[in-house]
Amino acid sequence: MNVSTEERDGILIAHIRGDVDSRTSSALREQLMPLVRPDARIVLDMSEVTFLSSAGLRTLLLLYRQITQTHGQVVLAGLSPVIRDTMAVTGFLDFFADYPVLEEGLEALRR
Amino acid sequence: MHQRIDIYPTHHHGDFLLRSGRPYPFGASFVPGGVNFAIFSRHATACTLVLYRSGEPDLLAEIPFPTEFRIGNVFAMVVFGLDYENVEYGYRLEGPFRPHAGHHFDPDRIVVDPYARALSGGDSWAQRTYPDSINPHRGRLVYDDFDWLADRPLEHSIEDLVIYEMHVRGFTRHASSGVRFPGTYAGIREKIPYLKELGINAVELMPVMEFDELDNTRVNPLSGDRLYDYWGYNPIAFFAPKAGYAATGHLGMQADELKALVKDLHRHGIEVLLDVVFNHTGEGNEEGRTISFRGIDNKTYYMLKPDGGYYNFSGCGNTLNCNNPVVRNMVLDCLRYWVAEFHIDGFRFDLASIMGRDSRGQPLINPPLLEALAHDPVLGRTKLIAEAWDAGGLYQVGSFPSYGRWAEWNGQYRDTLRRWLKGDMGQVQAMALRIMGSPDLYPERGPAASINFITCHDGFTLTDLFSYNEKHNEANGEGNRDGHDANFSWNCGWEGETASASILALRRRMMKNAILILMVSQGVPLISMGDELAHTAGGNNNTYCHDNELNWLDWSRRESQAEIFRFFRLAIARRGTHAMLRQRHHLRQREFVDGGYPDISWHGVQAWQPDWSHHARTLAFMLAGQNGGESRQANTFIYVAMNMHWDPHRFELPRLPARQHWHLVADTHLDSPEDIHEPGEEPLLRHQKQFQVGPRSVIMLIGR
Repeated sequence: MNVSTEERDGILIAHIRGDVDSRTSSALREQLMPLVRPDARIVLDMSEVTFLSSAGLRTLLLLYRQITQTHGQVVLAGLSPVIRDTMAVTGFLDFFADYPVLEEGLEALRR
Repeated sequence: MHQRIDIYPTHHHGDFLLRSGRPYPFGASFVPGGVNFAIFSRHATACTLVLYRSGEPDLLAEIPFPTEFRIGNVFAMVVFGLDYENVEYGYRLEGPFRPHAGHHFDPDRIVVDPYARALSGGDSWAQRTYPDSINPHRGRLVYDDFDWLADRPLEHSIEDLVIYEMHVRGFTRHASSGVRFPGTYAGIREKIPYLKELGINAVELMPVMEFDELDNTRVNPLSGDRLYDYWGYNPIAFFAPKAGYAATGHLGMQADELKALVKDLHRHGIEVLLDVVFNHTGEGNEEGRTISFRGIDNKTYYMLKPDGGYYNFSGCGNTLNCNNPVVRNMVLDCLRYWVAEFHIDGFRFDLASIMGRDSRGQPLINPPLLEALAHDPVLGRTKLIAEAWDAGGLYQVGSFPSYGRWAEWNGQYRDTLRRWLKGDMGQVQAMALRIMGSPDLYPERGPAASINFITCHDGFTLTDLFSYNEKHNEANGEGNRDGHDANFSWNCGWEGETASASILALRRRMMKNAILILMVSQGVPLISMGDELAHTAGGNNNTYCHDNELNWLDWSRRESQAEIFRFFRLAIARRGTHAMLRQRHHLRQREFVDGGYPDISWHGVQAWQPDWSHHARTLAFMLAGQNGGESRQANTFIYVAMNMHWDPHRFELPRLPARQHWHLVADTHLDSPEDIHEPGEEPLLRHQKQFQVGPRSVIMLIGR
């Protein structure tokens, strides 16, 4: 798993790649959280996530809780169908707005 | 905050860092930096924690509990730094192997933690994850941090429920379901709109605690197909939701998936009741496999005869020793867990009378387990429903120790209704009691103690009840000896499938009679999955072993059986419309407000003159809505006439107060859609004084 970030129009984009599971999820959190400022707008680009385990999903929800607590917004972009299904049937997707491609996620946060 | 001292290991085993654990809670639970493993055994001499890496057949490690880690009869140890998502576990216990003394310790076996919150090994239905292992089931670690937001159990009043008994897999496994993940919790979630349309407000899930569907070695002699333990009444881990019912079982996320289902059902106003089996386990008798309890502390968990053999009050080989204090606590811990963690609304206890027996099998006057369940703080508003009999001859319908809390599956309702519907004589007086919520059985508890049903998973489907005189269980591989013989069924003139339009029409009418009477009876109605689509099991009345169309709901019947579905939907809706059909307290059969009519009155072909004779096949009753407290519906009257005779009969209608008139709700003798009307759209009767009720037909009128 690795994460790279960039900023466009004041929106933080985190490109997440690889497997997010119990071995890598704490690294994800440690890399992202310092970048989260109050009122942050964040897109998690999931298009290159190859596997998202139970621990990975919990980390996403933890990020959601921490970001929204400081009045920020976070959306997901580019979920693979398999990962999206898993998130849907386990209820995790209920917490997130998700968009097929990054551009749409950005657009949603610009509005 | 002060940093805890107990995050530091004090022992090690190879690379594993350890510390003495906490004896409570039992099971595997997360503690800072590690996992606390705690397991009880009174008679074991030593215990070893066995760890595996997920998906790999070989052991990762075996960590014996150091002597100083045992407190009392509990082995407790913290293991630090585990990759909790990729680790699975079990135990080896050492102790005597002396079956005649009740001991079955076998250190060659790796046994499942009775408190395991998830199992691996059956991640998909009928698939073994570890096919070559003699220990096919392993414990998994589960995070209990589900985000429920504002959800909690719904706490509907029990008398307001319409319960839909269903099988998780059978509901959507059929290809016609069209759901994304057939046969799963997720599949049910996708079909919530169907349940809403039907109008039920509670589902009762047949067992969802881990069981082993492959633990049936029989073969269908007719087809050669293998048979399964499909229904799931042989639990092996009481805290673990079945992974094989989850689309995400391969990810170990079955608990999340089931919770997401419960949360979504709650959002739609539907309660979730679980059918739970605490009378026996899936380990069977002396010949059975050792999976968990037998190898951990046989003498504690099972009722044993003096010679060490198993009492068999369950009919399934063994009997859980429910009133042993340790086992009792396990049952309580387990149910609290399901309520607190899964927001379950209630439980139906399979063969519940066993829970009232002592360690030698004697029925107790004041069974500690039943009392504890009734008074438990966490279960304080949970519905507790007993199947008030067992396979050892204890029959407690009407006398189950209730502590003011327990409701019962009313087997007498089922039998009386069936006999009345098919036209047996000698039923009319019992019918009146069943319609009133069985005040003879539940004088103190009220009608809400009576779970009324005509069919359930056990026995014929509703269609088959009126299509077969005899059971046809040959496919079960036991020479048609299994299953009930006293079905009180009637084939309407031809055994099984027929092309005769008149017989098919009569069967449809019989089904409509059944659901209509069920919905106008006081008490809590339960319907069986598929009856609303006239599901048939081909006359098999014990389909526990079939993973096929005998049990799978065929969704194409939503169109082909639209008439039956519509009748069910509107009969259920009718119950919701009229609070007087959902009394909390027994009707008194007399007038007690100044309205001039008793709360319920009985009639025959002549108004106010019911025929209570042995030969009677007709009965009518009227509910007067001005009576009754919470269920008061002033100026509304309900009249129901049942003619179970093969000839039509003209019923004189009771006279309504001035300026009120009878309107037709339902007449099962009429063709659809005239057979039942939407609430508010009941046509005015042309003849207000009498009604010709067709042969084997039921009518319902509303006076307003």
